[in-house]
Amino acid sequence: MKLELTRRYRFSASHRLHAAKLSEEENRRVYGKCNNPYGHGHNYVLEVSVCGPVDPVTGMIANLGDLDAFVERQVLAEFDHRNLNEDVQAFRETVPTAENLCKEAYARLRKFPTARVERVRLEETSLNSFEYAGEDRERIAK
Amino acid sequence: MTVIYVTRKIEFSASHLYHNPALSAEENRRIFGKCNNPHGHGHNYVLEVTVAGEPDPVTGMVLDLKELKDILQREIIERMDHRFLNYEVAELAGQVPTCENIARTIWRLLEPKIVKGRLHRIRLYETPDLFVDCLRDGTDGAPR
Repeated sequence: MKLELTRRYRFSASHRLHAAKLSEEENRRVYGKCNNPYGHGHNYVLEVSVCGPVDPVTGMIANLGDLDAFVERQVLAEFDHRNLNEDVQAFRETVPTAENLCKEAYARLRKFPTARVERVRLEETSLNSFEYAGEDRERIAK
Repeated sequence: MTVIYVTRKIEFSASHLYHNPALSAEENRRIFGKCNNPHGHGHNYVLEVTVAGEPDPVTGMVLDLKELKDILQREIIERMDHRFLNYEVAELAGQVPTCENIARTIWRLLEPKIVKGRLHRIRLYETPDLFVDCLRDGTDGAPR
C-alpha cells in the first residue's frame, strides 16, 4: 500500500479580492463583499500531505519536527497575521484567492527535502476548501 | 460499473512511546523528542476504513456494515484499545509505533479479512491535526 502523512496547520490573515484588469464595477460584481476596499480576514487551515517510504529506523515518512519547522519557515512565518495583498510579494500582482494561495503554498513547500509533498489542501472557512497537487492531476484523484 | 466507497469510523485509545533500541539514548531523544519519554503517553486514535465495491443487486449493499463492524471490533479494538502498543500488540513488536507503522499494521490486518468489496483506504488520526492514509497500490508498503 502507499502511505501518506498529513499534518494540519493554521494561520490567520486578511485579504481583498480585486483584479487590476477588471473595472471597479466588474470587481464588485465578480467578488461581491470580498471586494470591500479595506479587506477582511479568515482563519485558514493548511493541510500538507507528504508521501514516501517509511524509514525503517525511525518508523517515519518524515520527522514531524522537520516538517513543522519547514512549513513554519516557508509559509506560516510570512502568511500568519499578515495582509496577504500587501505583505506577501507573490500577491502584489496576483489576486489572493484560496486557489492562488494553494498554488503558492505548494510551490513553497515542494522543496521539502526529506519526503515528497503530495498535495496541499486549504480551508478558507469550515465550508470551503481547495486542493492542489501540482500539474500531475493523477495525484489529486486518489 | 459504479464503484461506491463505504467508510466506517471507529475510535480506540492507546499508549505508546517512540524508542528504537538500535539508537543511543541521546539519538532517541534527539529524533523523537517528547515522544521518547520513557513511560509513554497516549492518544485517542480515530480510524476511518473505506471499502470500495459495487452494491449487491439484491441487498443494495457493498458489504454488510455489521460484518465490517465485527471485523473492526475483533481485529482492531480488541487488539489495540486501552493497550500499550509497544508491549501489548504482537504485530507491532520490534517496530516504532508511529502513526505510519500503526496504519500499515492495521492495513495488513484488515486487508485479508475484507472479502466483500475491497479495502480501498484506511485513514488513522493520531490527533485531529495529524493523520496517515494507507492507499491500495499493489505493494505491501515495505520500503524499497
